Amino acid sequence: MTNLLKLGRVGLLLLVCASVVAGFLWLPPVPMFVSPALARIAVFHIPCSIVGSVATAVGVWYAICYLKNRKLEDDIKSSVSLGLALLLWTLTTVTGAIFANAEWGAYWSWDIKQISIVMLLLIYCAYYALRLAIDDGRKRATVSAVYTLFALVSVPFLTLILPNSTPNTLHPKNVVFDSSYWLVLWAFSAGLTLIYLWAFRVHVALENVQLRLNRHVRAALKSSAPSQTIVVEGRLQDA
Amino acid sequence: MFRKDLQAETRTKYAVGATLLFAVSTLIAVSAALSTATVKSEVKAALLWIILLFAALSGLARVFVREEEAGTAPLLKLYAPPTAVYAGKWLFNCALVFLVEAVSVPLFLLVLPLEFVNFALLFGVLFLGGLGLAGASTFVAALISSASSGKSSLFFVVAFPVLLPLLLIAVQGTVGAFDGLPSHVIKSRGDIGMLAIYSVAMTTASFVLFEYVWND
Repeated sequence: MTNLLKLGRVGLLLLVCASVVAGFLWLPPVPMFVSPALARIAVFHIPCSIVGSVATAVGVWYAICYLKNRKLEDDIKSSVSLGLALLLWTLTTVTGAIFANAEWGAYWSWDIKQISIVMLLLIYCAYYALRLAIDDGRKRATVSAVYTLFALVSVPFLTLILPNSTPNTLHPKNVVFDSSYWLVLWAFSAGLTLIYLWAFRVHVALENVQLRLNRHVRAALKSSAPSQTIVVEGRLQDA
Repeated sequence: MFRKDLQAETRTKYAVGATLLFAVSTLIAVSAALSTATVKSEVKAALLWIILLFAALSGLARVFVREEEAGTAPLLKLYAPPTAVYAGKWLFNCALVFLVEAVSVPLFLLVLPLEFVNFALLFGVLFLGGLGLAGASTFVAALISSASSGKSSLFFVVAFPVLLPLLLIAVQGTVGAFDGLPSHVIKSRGDIGMLAIYSVAMTTASFVLFEYVWND
């Protein structure tokens, strides 16, 4: 089982490396852009936004689960997934800005999609501001789950309605990509999804350990006398 | 609930007075700073909404904090169903937003005169925008007050991103009401539709989700 996992990780590494190399070296430039060579960034830009959406959806799903079952584990999963989504959306923004600089002459020009993504990032950042402000674990879990669902209401406006409300977006539309682009794009998406899942599992495991540790510490503090005897017993056993 | 809030606030007069004064002083600051400049109607629309947003936010945060401060929240939980509590707070905040709008918008038009105003459009945008503003910020206030006391900057931080789409759509809609260009007018009719959807969605979501925050 562990060998299989190791093999899978090596395969994942190869997949990501291959798509990065292919993205930089193999793909043909797209002549319709100002800088045809830089159009290759699309194979990194688009997967980031796709996996970012998936991570957001997972985070929202676990927020609903938390409100239903009231298990702190669900809250951990939700917050970890939303954190990874924040990372992925930031990567989307950065890669988009690099291309925007080459294509439109400025890293940032308040294109309607840029406005939307900034607001999305702000929503995620507010989520973390809210989490940091609350010390009590249960309360933090409830408040952040409820905030996630509430902020979800404005997400369709940001991702679907607002970007399509004005025809004069700078964002390229109806781009005809070579079929090799789609191959690399989906390969990289698959690799990125697997990396996301991996990071998600590791983070969740870590947070769970922390949660259990906190519980033990609190239990020990509550009954400080028995814990001392445990320590003494431990010493006796050592001796 | 609404009547109780109204009574409590008229007794202290603090929130209402401070909010109105805040709106008026920002308005004066803006118009004095722009006294020599010629301002396009797009910019005026943006300025109007920024003034309204900040004035409203400064007052709207108080509704739930007050209960926590006075220690009446637990009693309220026993006494009334959550929906009634929330409805009362929400109605009060709506009233507050509309009061701020009723005072500051005429004043705004007075000190920053426009050649043309489509009043029907402006009224629609102000009404629906105010509804959304009150709905979303009442809910954020509920979240924050249950979370932590005395962290008032948190309210702005959390309420802002949720309200930004609303602000953008409202500004777009107000542009149409201010310059009267046919293409802009058609667009701001669409914006009013969007504002309506947004406000209804926000308010419904907050009514549904409030129970989880309140009974925790």
